[in-house]
Amino acid sequence: MSVKSTAAGGSPAKSRGRTTTRGTAAKRRAGEPGLVQLLTPEGERVEHPDYAIDLTPEELRGLYRDMVLTRRFDAEAITLQRQGELGLWASLLGQEAAQIGSGRATRPDDYVFPTYREHGVAWTRDVDPLNLLGMFRGVNHGGWDPNENNFQLYTIVIGSQTLHATGYAMGVAKDGADAAVIAYFGDGASSQGDVAEAFTFAAVYNAPVVFFCQNNQWAISEPTEKQSRVPIYQRAAGYGFPGVRVDGNDVLAVLAVTRAALEHARSGQGPMLVEAFTYRMGAHTTTDDPTRYRSDEEREEWASKDPIARLRTYLEREGLADEAFYAEIDTESDALAKRVREGVRNMPNPGTMAIFENVYADGSALVDEERAQFAEYLSSFETGDVETAGTGH
Amino acid sequence: MTQTMAVAKALNESLRKALENDPKVLIMGEDVGKLGGVFRITDGLYKDFGEGRVIDTPLAESGIVGTAIGLALRGYRPVVEIQFDGFVFPAYDQIVTQLAKMHARALGKIKLPVVIRIPYGGGIGAVEHHSESPEALFAHVPGLKVVSPSNSSDAYWMLQQAIECDDPVIFFEPKRRYWDKGEVDVAALPGDLHRAVVAQQGTDVTLAAYGPMVKVCLEAAAAAANEGRSLEVVDLRSLSPIDFDTIEASVRRTGRLVVVHEAPVFYGAGAEIAARITERCFYHLEAPVLRVGGFHAPYPPARLEEEYLPGLDRVLDAVDRALAF
Repeated sequence: MSVKSTAAGGSPAKSRGRTTTRGTAAKRRAGEPGLVQLLTPEGERVEHPDYAIDLTPEELRGLYRDMVLTRRFDAEAITLQRQGELGLWASLLGQEAAQIGSGRATRPDDYVFPTYREHGVAWTRDVDPLNLLGMFRGVNHGGWDPNENNFQLYTIVIGSQTLHATGYAMGVAKDGADAAVIAYFGDGASSQGDVAEAFTFAAVYNAPVVFFCQNNQWAISEPTEKQSRVPIYQRAAGYGFPGVRVDGNDVLAVLAVTRAALEHARSGQGPMLVEAFTYRMGAHTTTDDPTRYRSDEEREEWASKDPIARLRTYLEREGLADEAFYAEIDTESDALAKRVREGVRNMPNPGTMAIFENVYADGSALVDEERAQFAEYLSSFETGDVETAGTGH
Repeated sequence: MTQTMAVAKALNESLRKALENDPKVLIMGEDVGKLGGVFRITDGLYKDFGEGRVIDTPLAESGIVGTAIGLALRGYRPVVEIQFDGFVFPAYDQIVTQLAKMHARALGKIKLPVVIRIPYGGGIGAVEHHSESPEALFAHVPGLKVVSPSNSSDAYWMLQQAIECDDPVIFFEPKRRYWDKGEVDVAALPGDLHRAVVAQQGTDVTLAAYGPMVKVCLEAAAAAANEGRSLEVVDLRSLSPIDFDTIEASVRRTGRLVVVHEAPVFYGAGAEIAARITERCFYHLEAPVLRVGGFHAPYPPARLEEEYLPGLDRVLDAVDRALAF
């Protein structure tokens, strides 16, 4: 499988005219020759000269299952936020193929640096979905062990983690390890200086890192036109490494392209940029109101490219799954939602003194002093059980 | 085992020893390789340890610190050089938002043993952005440790202790003292990295200082001695945490405290020390805690820095005021 920069033909400026509606512009971009696609929105298998994939029916069903369960988990989290169990949620609705396809392309020894919306990638790395909910409930800022599943903590300030991923990849190369690193970021983060610096460092040190940009068209209310004058994947050329745009709603294409990109990195050929062209079907987070800045027509157009529906069409047409399979996933989805719901509701608040924990690895006299003073203050209350005082004062 | 060496040489020897002792130690920064750094602190290390361990980086401070974080997550112990104090701000976000907080974010499951060396302070006749003292901006951030040696021995030992520390350490090097020579006992076991020391004993007023101003305070103590006044000089060495016990013990003896630093006085280390010492030993104070330092103005052009920097006279003026109160 060869990897090369897949440049879009024609001038990008053409589709950016003021009179063009966003829906039409999006359609034109999705249909451009540079977009790698292996499964059309209608569920037709198509071939691409550079990216082939041959999956067993079981593997195809596995991708379907991953996407459905991830979507169900996401929906449950939104519900939990609406019920007041979570303070906030960043939905991945619409981006299941981009995340499951790329996550399933990683090997156990690879290392993942997510932003804060990679719930599907976390799923592929066997991170317990409940772990992702702690920070959105407000009981911690992440807290899982990144080295357990080679899945770093969520990073909220956009773009920062691309540098961490690059440094980590520099370390992988120093160690001579047979592994690659993948850094997730979005179209909004692509404007950050840290992302530009990450591209520079990765290129200069030939670091085994894949920059995986989920271009979901919207950075809260700002369209990609506010981030870039060229398609994002084309930026890679300026740094001297390949870039490719893949249909981010096509799980087969995302899997094939990310596998190739990770292999490119693992085999010592340096970094690669993958732009997964997708769409954020929901709000930026549960506090956002997308009706203020984008049209129903645009959302409907993207709904017709749904990643799960197209794979199901394909599975059904080819007779690769029976009714029992779909029924089983429904049962599994319900069980997952129930487990998440109960897990969140039973998630304990941290004890008050957790404020002072893990500020430093080697401790600090300053923290010790303030902890002792605060404990003394708390103990001055009648019911001053310091460790359980979380809701008492 | 005592050797005489300049602060710059002590730092160089310290880095060499760290590279020898631990294969995970890396040096990163702009011009730290073949050139040996603009102040030659990494001189010869590239030649002896190779480009895999002494890494010339692109000129992008956020990138340097951000990739150092990634290397630390992979198990390395990067020692980053920021070329000058005023150049650290492009990396400030990575330091404050990521480096300082990741250990807590992971509930202690990961460690960030990154040292960021910053030559700081004025007095070398430099252009803008080459003479600043931004230490309070880092000491204010939970999760960071901030230290500054004042002499060759501390330069040698404190840097190794910072590299061995599992927390991020911002290591401020007093650049105008780089060429000052001092005794270094390379066999002596060092004390606590964050312990303050009494550099000069005295009975009338305590001067608390760190980094480049320790020398000024020692000179002030010598000058005051000629006038029959006995000044105690406390070298803080660490700015986060601060060893308040040592300062307090001194103030309980002298009853007077003057804090001296190059950094602007407003929200500076002196403000924090004044507040804490006042709380700790209010009834032992014979005068308010006084501060001598920079002004709430950008660091001036080099032709004015002699007036701007707190010198002997301004320190002694504060001593007079403390004694006259």
